[in-house]
Parts: sequence; C-alpha cells; structure tokens
Amino acid sequence: MADLPYTEKVIEYFKNPKNVGKIEDADGKAKEGSPACGDMVSVYIKVDEETKEITDIKFESYGCASNIATGSIITEMAKGKTIDEAKKITWNDAAEELGGLPKMKTHCSVLAVEGLQAAIADYEEKHGLVKEQKPTTKEIVEKRLRHVMNPMTGLDVVRTDLINDIKVKDGVISLKVDLVEDHQFANAIKEDIMEKLEHLWDIEEISIEFKDS
Amino acid sequence: MKDETVYLDNSSSTKMDERVLEAMRPYLFEKYAVASSEFGYSLGIKAKEGLEDARSTIADKIGADAEEIIFTSCGTEASNLALKGVAKKLSEDKDHIITSKIEDFPVLKSAQSLEKEGYEVTFLEVDDEGFVDVDELEKAIDEKTGLVSIQHGNQEIGTVQDIEEISKICDQNDVLFHTDATHTFTKLPIDVSKTPIDLLTLSAHTIHGPKGIGALYVKDGTDLEKLMDGGFQENNRRAGVENIPGAVGFAKAVELVTEEENERLKEMRDALIKKIKDEIPDTTLNGPAKDRTPQNANITFHYVEGESITLHMDMRGFSVSTGSACFSKSLEASHVILGIGGDHERAHGSVRFSFGRYNTMEDVDRTVEAISEVVERLREISPLGKDK
Repeated sequence: MADLPYTEKVIEYFKNPKNVGKIEDADGKAKEGSPACGDMVSVYIKVDEETKEITDIKFESYGCASNIATGSIITEMAKGKTIDEAKKITWNDAAEELGGLPKMKTHCSVLAVEGLQAAIADYEEKHGLVKEQKPTTKEIVEKRLRHVMNPMTGLDVVRTDLINDIKVKDGVISLKVDLVEDHQFANAIKEDIMEKLEHLWDIEEISIEFKDS
Repeated sequence: MKDETVYLDNSSSTKMDERVLEAMRPYLFEKYAVASSEFGYSLGIKAKEGLEDARSTIADKIGADAEEIIFTSCGTEASNLALKGVAKKLSEDKDHIITSKIEDFPVLKSAQSLEKEGYEVTFLEVDDEGFVDVDELEKAIDEKTGLVSIQHGNQEIGTVQDIEEISKICDQNDVLFHTDATHTFTKLPIDVSKTPIDLLTLSAHTIHGPKGIGALYVKDGTDLEKLMDGGFQENNRRAGVENIPGAVGFAKAVELVTEEENERLKEMRDALIKKIKDEIPDTTLNGPAKDRTPQNANITFHYVEGESITLHMDMRGFSVSTGSACFSKSLEASHVILGIGGDHERAHGSVRFSFGRYNTMEDVDRTVEAISEVVERLREISPLGKDK
C-alpha cells in the first residue's frame, strides 16, 4: 500500500477501534451528524454519581477513517476523567494524540469531539446539573436543530428550511416540518428533533406540525 | 505495490497493455520526428504515416472517415473542444444547449462555463436508473437549441443511454448531437455512418492504451472553433505537436479489444452483482440491471461509509472507488447518485467496481469475500442498521 494521508496511529485506530458499541443504560448519550459530509457518530457515557467520573464510554460511527479514529481516541481520553475534565478535551487534543489529521478531514473528526461534549451535556441536563439556566430561545432551538440532518440533502434541517416557524413560549416549543406526516423520513426526523430538545430545562412540551397532505 | 493487488477501478484508468508499448516504441526512438507533409524529410514522413494509420484505425472502429478524427491530449480536452468549440460557432439565435445532470465532469463543467458566458443551458433530469427521458429531451428542444450533449455510458453507474433514439431526435430537429463515449468505446457498438452523431469523445487510457491521448470525432462539415492558438495541426482544428506515439498506442489498444473480452467483462460484472446481492444484506444496485456498460458494477452498502470501505479494501489489496463525499477532494457527494434521486446516505456507502482486461473470475470471488468482511465489520461499529 502506498503512503496514506493518515498517520500510523490513525490507521491503527481505524483498523482496531477501541470502545466500540452501545451502552444500553447510558447516563448520557448523543448522536451528532455532519451537515458537510454525512458522517454520523453516537457517544454513550456512564457516570459515577458521586465522583462524576466517566466510568464507561462507548461510541458508534457511520463515517470515514478520521471519524472512526477520532471517536476511538476521545473515548480513551475521556474514560476515567470527571465530566468537567472531559469537557475540556478539544479537537486539537484529539488530533495531537493521533499524531495529526488531514486538514480537510477536520469536520469528520470534530464530530466525534462534539459527540462527547453533547453526551456530557445530555447527562448534565438529565441530572439537573446545568449551572447557568438560560431561558430557551428560538436561537437556542435553532442551534440545536443544526445537528439534525435532512436526509434528502445531507445538510441540516434548519439550513435547508425543512423546519420553520419555530416558536418558544411558556415552556412550549412549536415548529413546522415541511414534510407530510407519512413521508418515509418523517418519523426519524421527529425522533431526532425530540432527542435534541426534550431535555431543555424550561421546556415542558414540544409540538411538531407536519404539512397537510 | 504487491502483485496480488486486485485492481477494480478500470473506469478511472487502466493498466496499459505491453503490446501497446511495443507499438509505440518505434515512434519514441526511431520515427520521433514531427509529422510532416510529403514534401518534408523522410523521418517526418514516416512519423506522419504512423499518425495517419492510427487515425484510420480509430475512424474505422466507429464507421467514420479518417479526416473526421481529431487527436487531443485526453477525453477531457475532446469534450471541452466539442462543447466550447461548437458553442462559439453557434449563431446568436441558436445559443441553447441541452445536456444531462449526470454527465461526467468534462461535459458538465464545460456546459456550466458556457452558461456563465451567457448561453442558455438545460440540464435534463434522469430517472432512478440514470436514463434520460427521450420525450423530455424532445420537449426541451426548441427553435433556439443548437447543441445536445448526452453521454453514451455513465462513468459511475454504467447507464447506457439510447443514443440511437436521442441522435435521431436531434437530427430531425436540426440540432447538433455530441456524445461522450469514454466508457463505451470498443465495448459497445458505435457506428456514426448509421447513427446521426455529430461529435463523439474518445479516450485511450480507459481501454488499456496510454494516458495523454484522446480523440474527438467531428462529422464532416461541422463548424468548430479552435480552443488553443498555435500551429495548423489536425487540419487546423487542434494546435500543438501531435502525440504520435500516443496516437499509435491508442490505435493498437483499439485493435487489441475483442468481443470475447467484452463478454468476459459482462460475465465478471454480473457474477459480482449477483454474489453481492446473495451474500450481503442491505445493498442497493445503483444504475440499471439491463443496458449497463459491460465493465461497471456500482453498489451501495447501507449503514456504512464509502471511504472507510475503500481504505479497508486497499489494506487488503483491492482498488475500488466510492461516491462518498468523504472520499472526494471537493467533499461533495457523487452528483450521479444524487442525480438519480438517491439521498446522501446512498452516495455515502456507494462503491464502484469496474473491470478490465487483467481481471479474472477469481478476482470476483476474492473481492466479494473481502468486501463482505469489511462491510460486516463496519456495520458492527455503525449506529445505523435494521436492528439498531
């Protein structure tokens, strides 16, 4: 095989990724998708309630070599750290640990780091640990929905106008999806939206309206 | 590289046949002079003979006259010359061009360039197997249409267009017709003496010939503007010293193709498609089952990503390519898979296998065995899947 754009360490982790799989009773979990390339990564964590230490972590990847390798390395880096320590792991740390990553593959690998951050955030939300409880705004909702992919285009649902008319009022988020309810992707998108929004601390209800058929 | 590499990317380029090199050799070391007219010196006359013999061989293969063949530096140049060279000669009331959404880049990008220059360009949709709807084409043609460019065989999914019918419609409407035959030349019959084709793109390196040589067939009487300024070579239609060794090698490559070989390509293609369908769950064939180029198989392996597949395959000694955005330099997913109505997920896990002279049935078995393992492994890592 000729020279690859990847370091030996990236290839090693790509061939034999560590901590692969699902944790069924995870304390925190997240699924992140990249609008740019269509890669996807899921991260699951178990957290010690007392020490806030990440006792177990697993990931799954629907992605290219840099995505798989980064997913693998960040799980190794995060395991045994407290959630506050793990939050500080950046893409640069992961890339450095891997001996470097090709520049144009940044977004595929950032995804894995975002997945870890999101899994920790999910844990914090579920356990009432969010310190600054900012009221949810339309902007916050949009920001979260930028991580939901429009499967027709591979771009996010906000950018592609698949979701519009977002309103936040009295603990209720309402939004419209530009799809008929029996569309093949309608359910998947609905689930993704719920997953991203349901743990917002001041939200009690999410109302999703589909297009009239 | 190890000898046991199984090369299945013959639609990108092929290994040159050694007999091609032998045919080229005299034109590199003995008859290396510039081609000259019969009034020149003998070395140049001999070189010219080689060039013209090559031209005749290629012309014969498609039922053309030798004077209708222009040698170019590659297929890309031939398609650029066809679209831009013709467009520049179109009158102002004939500046509408029609092509399809799934053309290979030379045609697609040339059409986009012309659109920027002010030409009106229609990019026809294709159906879910990649076919241009002949009725849609007919509807798109109006009194302003000057040129239609629809490829013969698709580079990625192998769809073979009905160019008999398409060329007839163009002919009836008095519109010039160009077709990119890079992926069908010598593999499927093309006869310009029977089919009203005005311009046709050919390439040598996809048929075990040398890189750096292509050709454009231009029907006698078709107006064409030169793209490069320079000398009067190729009947004053393409400037630059002729690549005579390349042209001779190109002609040799054409002569070496046999019908038996084309049958063998089809057998390997069909065996691979069937084996994958039988042995690996959750796959989709991209492109048609019938009317497909003999060398091409393109399959999406759901729930996994193409660059990961190709990298794992490479590590096992197999060369294949993918339409995944992660694999491309532009980070854009295959415009062909998206063009047939596939979503990003379908492009993400698509793999193209393209066969050539040096592949065997044993390669098919080994490839399916390897890809089966690779896909299974990657599916274990993937968050997606039927039971997930």
